[in-house]
Amino acid sequence: MTSTLLQVESLNVRFATPEGEVAAVSDLSFTLAAGESLGMVGESGSGKSQTAFALMGLLAKNGRASGAVRYCGVNLLSLTEAQLNERRGAEIAMIYQDPMTSLNPYLKVGDQLTEVLRFHKGLDRKAAFAESVRLLDAVKIAESTKRMGMYPHELSGGMRQRVVIAMALLCRPKLLIADEPTTALDVTVQAQILKLLADLRRDFQTAIIMITHDLGVVAGVCDKVLVMYAGRVMEQALVDDLFGSPSHPYTKGLLHAVPQMHHQHGADRLATIPGNPPNLLALPPGCPFAPRCVERFEACLKPAPLQTFDGARQRACHRSVAEIAKAGASEVIA
Amino acid sequence: MTTLSAREALRLAKPLPPLPGLDESINLSIRGRSLWADARRRFLRNHAAVASLVILAIIVLLCAFGSVASPHAFDEPDFENMHAAPSAETAHWFGSDNLGRDLYVRTLLGGRISLMVGALGAVVAVLIGTLYGATAGFVGGKTDSVMMRLLEILASFPVMFLVILLMTFFGRELWLIFLAIGAVSWLDMARIVRGQTLSLKRKEFVEAAHVCGVSTFGIITRHIVPNVLGIVAVYATLLVPSMILFESFLSYLGLGVQEPMTSWGALLEQGAKSIEAAPWELAFPATFLVTTLFCFNFIGDGLRDALDPKDR
Amino acid sequence: MSAPLMDVRDLVVQFNVGRSGLLPWAPARQLKAVNGVSFSLNAGETLGIVGESGCGKSSLARALIGLNPISGGSVKLNGRELAGLAQGDWRSLRAEMQMIFQDPLSSLNPRMTIGEIIGEPLRMLKAGISSSDVKAEVERVMARVGLLPNVINRYPHEFSGGQCQRVGIARALIVKPKLIICDEPVSALDVSIQAQVINLLMDLQSEEGLALIFIAHDLAVVKHIAQRVMVMYLGRVMETAATDTLFNAPAHPYTRALLSAVPIPDPALERSKVIQILEGDLPSPIAPPSGCVFRTRCPQAEAACAAQTVSLRGLAADSHAVACIKAGAPESR
Repeated sequence: MTSTLLQVESLNVRFATPEGEVAAVSDLSFTLAAGESLGMVGESGSGKSQTAFALMGLLAKNGRASGAVRYCGVNLLSLTEAQLNERRGAEIAMIYQDPMTSLNPYLKVGDQLTEVLRFHKGLDRKAAFAESVRLLDAVKIAESTKRMGMYPHELSGGMRQRVVIAMALLCRPKLLIADEPTTALDVTVQAQILKLLADLRRDFQTAIIMITHDLGVVAGVCDKVLVMYAGRVMEQALVDDLFGSPSHPYTKGLLHAVPQMHHQHGADRLATIPGNPPNLLALPPGCPFAPRCVERFEACLKPAPLQTFDGARQRACHRSVAEIAKAGASEVIA
Repeated sequence: MTTLSAREALRLAKPLPPLPGLDESINLSIRGRSLWADARRRFLRNHAAVASLVILAIIVLLCAFGSVASPHAFDEPDFENMHAAPSAETAHWFGSDNLGRDLYVRTLLGGRISLMVGALGAVVAVLIGTLYGATAGFVGGKTDSVMMRLLEILASFPVMFLVILLMTFFGRELWLIFLAIGAVSWLDMARIVRGQTLSLKRKEFVEAAHVCGVSTFGIITRHIVPNVLGIVAVYATLLVPSMILFESFLSYLGLGVQEPMTSWGALLEQGAKSIEAAPWELAFPATFLVTTLFCFNFIGDGLRDALDPKDR
Repeated sequence: MSAPLMDVRDLVVQFNVGRSGLLPWAPARQLKAVNGVSFSLNAGETLGIVGESGCGKSSLARALIGLNPISGGSVKLNGRELAGLAQGDWRSLRAEMQMIFQDPLSSLNPRMTIGEIIGEPLRMLKAGISSSDVKAEVERVMARVGLLPNVINRYPHEFSGGQCQRVGIARALIVKPKLIICDEPVSALDVSIQAQVINLLMDLQSEEGLALIFIAHDLAVVKHIAQRVMVMYLGRVMETAATDTLFNAPAHPYTRALLSAVPIPDPALERSKVIQILEGDLPSPIAPPSGCVFRTRCPQAEAACAAQTVSLRGLAADSHAVACIKAGAPESR
């Protein structure tokens, strides 16, 4: 096993709002090795994006993170803004859903790329330019030298996202946090970007945290998966285990709710998760998923602690693994 | 494993098992809270704005009814007490001016004129400006071009010059001031509303209204206007003080209301002349004017924060 | 066979996009967002329209319902020609054809209550209907789409996306239309909510005999809900076929690339699958490529593709049509 790159220990993210304190992330712990890729899945309000912001030290003003985020042994949460800036962009980079959040519309692509290198690496103009062009080539942007002189709005959506990825990779980060990087893109462009990320991971040994709601993306890109709901981890497993034998009703519901390409078209109804996404201001006392869970029973009114089973897997559910696995199967046979 | 039989899908679609003790009716009351109700709640939490509203209400009530308490009339000279200092004995609570007219009554009367001017500006702006801007923005095309060019011509007209011209032709009449204020007040409002309308027009609910068979007029009045009213309310509140100032400026130049009528601007003009002999002649109207302006600005800011919480 | 509910022939939707030069007499440039699309739709049928952003699927939908002008061709609804229809005459059609929008929240007026929103089409289209009748109808469709009656006086911002989309569906349903055009109705929703809305639409379709035109970029969703699928690229139809035919035996290289790019939520399948990556970007619709519009990115393009314009032609299978000169030739996967 390779060395641990990132270790998150009981991370909590809270926001002070006029309606009361909101716990966006509760007791999140995970580790990430160099070159590993972790998928974070969940619906709106699951806290996956806020986790990313907390890791990067980019929470909104009314937000507060506690716990520990150890990156190469250093707790990022205890660093000053200046110390964080040394790492952000250089060792830890982030890609957003909308590429225009990280691109300045008034600066040429080339200026934005070289600025990063000159700030973090202290390269001179010429060396920075050459390196930037090399990276644009690496993300498969045709006519890269010409693109350096263009403004972001002159590029297509897919190309902008590739520029952002190039920018994120300029300083060879050890950790790349991708927040829904392909959600705004078409499937064909998404396929290009995902392939690119996989190649880069192989070539540069970059660890990736992939935040997405698309289980298909997770299946293709990630080694292990965190399933989140209402700011809490519901299940954590290696990707094959999670898809092969989901151990939490929420994971199971999510997997079944997606229409599948390899099914025949038919009048089958899709399986759904009843109810609506959680309101973080009015969570139930016990398991946050209980209001929508088809397997719930009396114990679910008490919080379900995250338990380790099968070696490295984790789940937070009062039902046993066997009960969840059987829940589907028995009825099919009957 | 991830493939799903029809039976299993059905099973997953089964109703939720009952779980007594779980509060299913998560804060669903019958009565909805409109955006206006939300805004009111946020506004009431803004202490500066609420205090301003109270102070402003007091000033308005004073201006409307306060002069009843005084034994003096606004145009009745008291030759015994010219340039008299404030005193309870003579019942000149704010003192008197160079002709011995009671300053308390005159300040409140002046306030009535000033506030009326401000209110008129706001009302004209809201009525004409909103409809004009919404129509131009929503109809678009040639209509929009013509309406906007017309507005630009009006806006580029030198208002001060116009007022002086009118005054020389028709004499110093109160209605001329109202006319001048009305003519200029709605221009910016129309521009703001047009801009808002242009962005609202692209919203899907306006397209949905089309599909539902709502007429153009119905879309403007039912879908566009209610959604720009927030910004209209803010702008109208901020427009009142600028209109009051405009009138004060005209009066200060001697182009405002005709003696013995008065306004805060006219009082300031007189007070400034006798500032060394009788500073109260400036101090009282100025205090009223400044307080009113502050109040309107605080209320305007409060409204903006309440109606548009994202902008903070 | 009965006459189709909607019959579209050579539809063109065209926009002016400013002049080619700064001078006022320079010719205005035109963008053909939809260029010669034809299809017909039977009552109770679901047609899925897929394609990437910029392929003209939304422009097409908006033209069919009168939000975009029809620049050429013909659109017939129940035999009635829609091209060149005056604004006033459109109103009489609103009860037959409704629309569901992409963004659930922004398609609802934030200043109106749920009851007012859902009742609006009825009040507009049925002159002189009493307010108690409107209320009764509103309550009926609310129950139909799974909204509790006690939310009638609440406002859109108090709801989640899925509930807002139910309100949108109820609004479309209240006038009992024969056709609902759905413009990406589930793409803004969470996965679990998306499944609820898809189920609802499918139930409504089978129970009320609705025809749906279902526009989406998510191919899996379209496969699930549609009986027939039309693939668009740069304003033109590339391929159209019955759903199972199209997904099992795609004949157009673009369709094949599109299908291979969809991520499968199954790690084993996803890793082993071969993706046909499309190189390059979408060409500008203002100056589309000559000949076949897809040839600039087509892995199988040859000289002949640039020379001749390609029109849809039928293949062996029933109603399967492809716009590719090489279609029918053996696949080179």
